[in-house]
Amino acid sequence: MASISLARPGIWAIRGPMSQRRYWLFAAIGLIAPIVLWWLVANSGWVEKVFMPTPGSVWSRTALWWTEDNLLQDAGISMYRVTAGWLLSAVIAMPIGLLIGTFRPVQALLEPLTDFVRYMPAVAFIPLVMLWIGIDEGSKVAIIFIGTFFQMVLMVAEDVRRVPAAQIEAAQTMGATRMEIIQLVLLPSAKPALVDTLRITMGWAWTYLVVAELVAANSGLGYAILKAQRFLQTDKIFAGIILIGLIGLVIDQLFRLLHRRAFPWMHKKS
Amino acid sequence: MDAQKVVTIAPRIRVRALGKIFGDPPHQVEALKDIDLEVCDNEFVTLVGASGCGKSTLLRIIGGLEYQTSGEILSGGKPVAGPGADRAMVFQHYSLYPWLDVMENIRFSRRLQANRGELTSADVEMASGRAEALLNLMGLPTMAHAYPNQLSGGMQQRVAIARALMGRPEILLMDEPFGALDAQTREVMHDLILHVFKLEKATIVFVTHDVEEAMYLGQRVVLLAPRPGRIDTIYKVPLPGQRHQDMKHSREFLDLKKEILQRIRETSGMKTDSDLLEQLSRTAGSQ
Repeated sequence: MASISLARPGIWAIRGPMSQRRYWLFAAIGLIAPIVLWWLVANSGWVEKVFMPTPGSVWSRTALWWTEDNLLQDAGISMYRVTAGWLLSAVIAMPIGLLIGTFRPVQALLEPLTDFVRYMPAVAFIPLVMLWIGIDEGSKVAIIFIGTFFQMVLMVAEDVRRVPAAQIEAAQTMGATRMEIIQLVLLPSAKPALVDTLRITMGWAWTYLVVAELVAANSGLGYAILKAQRFLQTDKIFAGIILIGLIGLVIDQLFRLLHRRAFPWMHKKS
Repeated sequence: MDAQKVVTIAPRIRVRALGKIFGDPPHQVEALKDIDLEVCDNEFVTLVGASGCGKSTLLRIIGGLEYQTSGEILSGGKPVAGPGADRAMVFQHYSLYPWLDVMENIRFSRRLQANRGELTSADVEMASGRAEALLNLMGLPTMAHAYPNQLSGGMQQRVAIARALMGRPEILLMDEPFGALDAQTREVMHDLILHVFKLEKATIVFVTHDVEEAMYLGQRVVLLAPRPGRIDTIYKVPLPGQRHQDMKHSREFLDLKKEILQRIRETSGMKTDSDLLEQLSRTAGSQ
């Protein structure tokens, strides 16, 4: 169309604008298309049902799991393990990260060490954890802890370090003591970033849960997936993976909701 | 207390033989050398100079946010050791607390005192009156419950100034507070800070790289020269106490502005830059 007025750039312009409605339309396509594709492939007969179950069979397997195999208990024990490992890691990582991000000597003492340990694969600690802790609940929690803790310490330290110097210095020139600056400036200023760190590390905790349960467990979603493999129940493997994804998505959204509720000043714009 | 005050005719801030060296031995930079400066009660002093002349460093040392490597600073006759509520500072930006609303930001220093149990309920009441008064003085009476990120840059700086004044500091230190604002907002802020200066009987040390700003605000303009940072000249601004924007066009104002700009150019080594340019254009022409 030949028009004298300046055209609004299209959605394919670099960082181009997009209406809210269009955004959700594309998001829906992005979510639904893979399912449709899956359904097409699974029903076409190209792939054996054993390797690629149909969405319908995954759904009925999930229902069966719910009614006869106690899905709720599997999900519950997995959530418990994830939460315990992640919470334990948060409770210890928060104060240590705060100290690293606040005091240079603590940073020098602990940060290089943490940086080193975090590159050690958590999965490789499994034999050691089993030797030291055994194969009961403690070992699963320990593996999740090892997988999340060291990353979390570094992220918390960075969150605290990112508090603008001017905020700290303004408090100093109002006569604030070190304790007051930590309590009234550093913590409240870093809080939104800390909640984001908790949300992200929660996702990692779920990855390590599956690892822990694949190796040493007789309950939980990860264990169910492993057992299904033994019986060639591909539909149950699919169900387990999708369930873990959904639980993760719900938790992630809950954290985002908490973020909006707890920090209205961040989301309020004039 | 009162008797003591009469006896002390000493300046509010006295800087004596101050020096500052950044870095450890092999890679040291002398940022400030032999600085002597006195700022009297209810005086407005501005610091200007080419970049790297150490004007901000000097201000931050007075504020206790940096330490000097030689010499001393006396605030109200007592040596400065670290930051304190007697020397409040206003920064260029990012100093407001985004999680607190405007009123809570202004009251922050009182909250510190209340935290320590230093305030009686009467004090708190009086403080809330002062916070209201400062909010009005800054022209933000309707913004009491807005959050900083809902305010324009100019409004944010007004809140920062009100917050700094809240604790009735002996001296207000301002580090390029209007440096990030647009020209129109700056002019408004200039008249506002002069009004505050008069009304609060404040003592202000103000750092800027804008010579016009320095002259319009300051009673004295201190010009620092770089490498090492040192006081080059102190100019007395030939304007009456009560100022208005038209004075910027007066002959005396323009003459002094020209003189100061000229001097900054001389001290900054920019003259050699222009020599270099000339040389370059000459070689380009001969080709």
